[in-house]
Amino acid sequence: MREKIRSIIEDNLKIFDSDVEFSDDDHIFRQGFVDSLFAVKLLAFLEQEFDIKIGNEDLNIENFHSVNKIISFVESKK
Amino acid sequence: MKIELDNRQSEIIDGAAEFARSVLAPRARENDERGAFPEDLVRQMGERGYLGATIPQEYGGLGLDPVAYGLLVAAIEKGDCSASRLLTVHLALAAEAILKCGSEDQIKKWIPSLASGETICAFGLTEPDHGSDAAGIECAYSDLGDEFRLNGHKRWITFSGIADLFLIIARDENAMSAFLVERDRAGVEVNPQPGLMAGRACHISEIILHDVVIPRENLIGQLGQGFAFVANTALDHGRYSIAWGGVGLAEAALDAMVSYSKKRKQFGEKIGSFQLVREMIAESVSRLYAAKSLCLRAGESRKSGNPDSVIETTIAKHFSATTAFRTACDAVQIHGGNGFSNTYPVERYMREAKVLEVIEGTSQIQQMVISLHGLRRYGRP
Repeated sequence: MREKIRSIIEDNLKIFDSDVEFSDDDHIFRQGFVDSLFAVKLLAFLEQEFDIKIGNEDLNIENFHSVNKIISFVESKK
Repeated sequence: MKIELDNRQSEIIDGAAEFARSVLAPRARENDERGAFPEDLVRQMGERGYLGATIPQEYGGLGLDPVAYGLLVAAIEKGDCSASRLLTVHLALAAEAILKCGSEDQIKKWIPSLASGETICAFGLTEPDHGSDAAGIECAYSDLGDEFRLNGHKRWITFSGIADLFLIIARDENAMSAFLVERDRAGVEVNPQPGLMAGRACHISEIILHDVVIPRENLIGQLGQGFAFVANTALDHGRYSIAWGGVGLAEAALDAMVSYSKKRKQFGEKIGSFQLVREMIAESVSRLYAAKSLCLRAGESRKSGNPDSVIETTIAKHFSATTAFRTACDAVQIHGGNGFSNTYPVERYMREAKVLEVIEGTSQIQQMVISLHGLRRYGRP
């Protein structure tokens, strides 16, 4: 799961450099790794990849702002 | 390319095409000149279900899938761009955001009346000093506990001149939130914006909020998540709707240029026989096919919930908007001097097509997003 989540983030980095690195605890939105539009794409990815349903009560950046947060969220929905 | 649609959706789209041809198109010029989209047409679109086209049937909508919705938008656009813009703002931008981000109570309260068109909703994000820089909006809210107070100025809000309800994005010191504001709340001021190049029948107005107080239940989505989820969901749907609008407008312009070139004679020949006129027709056909293919591709990816649907939609919108404008320009060119007279529809098509390169994200913003995608997706060792 970690690899897949890191991979989707890497595919959508808004930083031009190829060697940019981010930790599993970095706030990917606030630290500028991705733009806000990525949040919408991430929802679709998580629902399709992990067969979970994301409800309106889940729509909080706190659930999705780092790799570790995303993993915790997905595990909570399974 | 065969488009797979079930009989129910096919009939709805055929009906929309006929409605566009026989009801919308004959009145489009008058609507543009009068600067108003008639109430009876809004009502007819509501009665036919178009204003709730993608809303689930359980809430009174038609429940069209993304591909069917796109084909409906293109059909409506061919009749009257203003009608298509109404679908974009009311359904794609506002209703879809409420459906995705609203609570079950909010959905039950608002969605059925949006589906029928009994309530018309406009989307309030843009401000006088913040268009592409949407994240910098200044419209402010204060959290009063059971209520919120809003103050601010929105501009270029399509169909706000007749809307009953507004989905407003506002901020406090930390983050942005989304609120439903009823038009008849104390402190809501709506002023038309006349003198526009396009969208003249779209009731484009500014909304000024003077200490408007709304109940907490009007908050859509969670506090502080108004931009990341509500606005971005709205804009993603709106972009898709505009992409298909571009297809419809390009097809209308192509129809007009071909019809004219088959009738107009110069030097004793129909101008459709001239090679350089045929070049414009060839390029217009090719661009239309490509734009429609991109829109269908985006629609299929939205249908399957593919996360790439966001970038597919962005690419489709960018290409389709550019296609519509270039085709409309060629249509005016083929009409010659007549293309500058409003007795022919092509001058209106050209004006309306230009705006597609600005709304729901300018072409330059789309290029920035697409280039980032390209830089990440391609050129890997």
